[in-house]
Amino acid sequence: MTKFSDLTRMPDARGHFGAYGGRFVSETLSFALEELEETYAALRDDPDFQAEFDHDLAHYVGRPSPLYHAERWSRELGGAQIWLKREDLNHTGAHKVNNTIGQALLAKKSGKPRVIAETGAGQHGVATATVAARLGLECAIYMGAEDVQRQKLNVYRMQLLGAKVIPVESGSRTLKDAMNEALRDWVTNVDNTFYIIGTVAGPHPYPMLVRDFNAVAGREAREQSLKQIGRLPDALIACVGGGSNALGLFYPFVEDEDVAMYGVEAGGDGVETGRHAAPLAGNAPRGVLHGNRTYLMSDEGGQVSETHSISAGLDYPGVGPEHALWKDVGRVNYVAANDKEVLEAFRELTHVEGIMPALESAHALAYAKVLAPTMRPDQHIVINLSGRGDKDILTVAKLDGIEI
Amino acid sequence: MNRIDQRFATLKAQGRTALIPYLTAGDPAPQYTVGFMHALVEAGADIIELGVPFSDPMADGPVIQKACERALKHGTRLSHLFAMVREFRSQDTDTPVVLMGYLNPIERMGYEAFADQASEAGVDGVLTVDMPPEEADEFGPVLKARGLQSIFLVAPTTSDARAGTISAHGEGYLYYVSLKGVTGAATLNVEEIDEHLAPLRKLSDLPLCVGFGIRDGATAAAVGKVAEGVIVGSVLVGQIAACVDDPAAIAPRLKDIMGEMRQALDA
Ligand SMILES: Cc1ncc(COP(=O)(O)O)c(C=O)c1O
Repeated sequence: MTKFSDLTRMPDARGHFGAYGGRFVSETLSFALEELEETYAALRDDPDFQAEFDHDLAHYVGRPSPLYHAERWSRELGGAQIWLKREDLNHTGAHKVNNTIGQALLAKKSGKPRVIAETGAGQHGVATATVAARLGLECAIYMGAEDVQRQKLNVYRMQLLGAKVIPVESGSRTLKDAMNEALRDWVTNVDNTFYIIGTVAGPHPYPMLVRDFNAVAGREAREQSLKQIGRLPDALIACVGGGSNALGLFYPFVEDEDVAMYGVEAGGDGVETGRHAAPLAGNAPRGVLHGNRTYLMSDEGGQVSETHSISAGLDYPGVGPEHALWKDVGRVNYVAANDKEVLEAFRELTHVEGIMPALESAHALAYAKVLAPTMRPDQHIVINLSGRGDKDILTVAKLDGIEI
Repeated sequence: MNRIDQRFATLKAQGRTALIPYLTAGDPAPQYTVGFMHALVEAGADIIELGVPFSDPMADGPVIQKACERALKHGTRLSHLFAMVREFRSQDTDTPVVLMGYLNPIERMGYEAFADQASEAGVDGVLTVDMPPEEADEFGPVLKARGLQSIFLVAPTTSDARAGTISAHGEGYLYYVSLKGVTGAATLNVEEIDEHLAPLRKLSDLPLCVGFGIRDGATAAAVGKVAEGVIVGSVLVGQIAACVDDPAAIAPRLKDIMGEMRQALDA
């Protein structure tokens, strides 16, 4: 049995989180990944590197982000007190920028003049295009053609920032296909290109370094809880696509056994319908995709399943390998919220608190509506409000029958 | 002796270079694959690489991506590939067959079940594109126990240290990826390939076969001068794509291309 303290010592030297993770890539990329691993190993504990990272987070991103007590919504739900970790207030409007700031520093050290990224909702693409603009790097963003349609605002935002947005027409035309195409680009241009992966997935060392860069949110939330609540919260909730905002919040609390954790995946039409993007909550089989072993939605022949979710950022058949381990050892409860519940939560927070969440983040809110009423008013839940909802206005308007 | 080792021993004695075609199984539909395999052998194939279609072929360019899509539209899966190889073996007991693909279909089936059925069907080697030797410590022995050879890739970016690890784990032949890129990419620099193969020869006794970018007799012959084998994929698969509505035209076209390469290699 893995003790929770063991979870702080993951991954092992080969990038494995128990049975998960690893480096399942075609040989051409092995060298680039070894190089990245070495670069990061040298910088991880380098005070100068950390100072530069912290400086950028403070002065460019605007950290620390507030921990906001949603008093009115808490009262309406009639149970636990709800606290929102306001990652939506970061520069570019989501948690994604924490990671791209960190990886941009690595790209700079590598001396490579070009960065690429995959994106679903466009938030990671925007955050990548942003740091690329700031550092004067050439930037190409791969985005599924379907997501290009449903996240038009972010597409234009990336273009304004000087990035080339490349729609991906293959497969299901969503996030997984964008990642395939980004990997193909990287294999081809590995000499001059740094690949900024947007979540805690991909081959080692990405799951580890993306986690480390996002963990600033959890460290802040832990400190803020002690100060503002006077103790640690009783529960944490975050949405899980690849799982970077969730791990960012959860990781610094992993040894706090009294803090319960809930990861909320995309239930789509409902996990029972098969039309969803919830590999953990839906108990998908183990599989290998995009460089790591994890829970992966695939058919009996091992073909990766098409996924369904109202939110482009969660529409992915796999999940970061560290979450797979945390599910198996029981550290986190993985649940799902379906599209309908998510939209209700999106509208509710907007009306009651004047905060419009990203549809991804609204998955976490939807589960809070289930959990909070089962708790007492002297108990506390911290939710990662991973992003703001501006990018989703067109999607919601369309559901309301409004053309903008 | 494994059919692959045997084949390379024969070729060496004859002073010839191996011609290794790749086709995606089930493309354009499963009933054609075995016929294509025989046609390839008639036109001079020494070993056949049979692609296992996958929904997310990350190391492949558009030509083989589309081949996977066509094969998957007909539901081609590993159990069908085993049936194809079995049928092929009823007429051809000599030509080695290597399954080439991605790990997930194998992972889903289970390593033992896969290896049992593959060896029973008459498969000789397995090349899993997204499984470098570091991740193969479980799968490799399972294959070996059934006499199946593990074939690995070496790339222009592979360090000498890694090349050592790879050749220590590799069997059959080393598949040298001739360029940085996905399958079907264009340019090929034979001098550069030769430079990369030289240190590999010091590290490994395995035959060196070069793939990616070989498209006609001339490129095959040029690469054939520096390697023990040439692997050709996208050009052949492109013929299938061009004739999806006229499948009867495919085998003759495959034979034409193969024939030209065979002739150029043997000249
Ligand atoms: C606001 C927001 N939250 C969450 C996610 C999901 O990613 P992850 O699970 O890595 O946090 C995205 C991805 O696009 C996002 O934009």
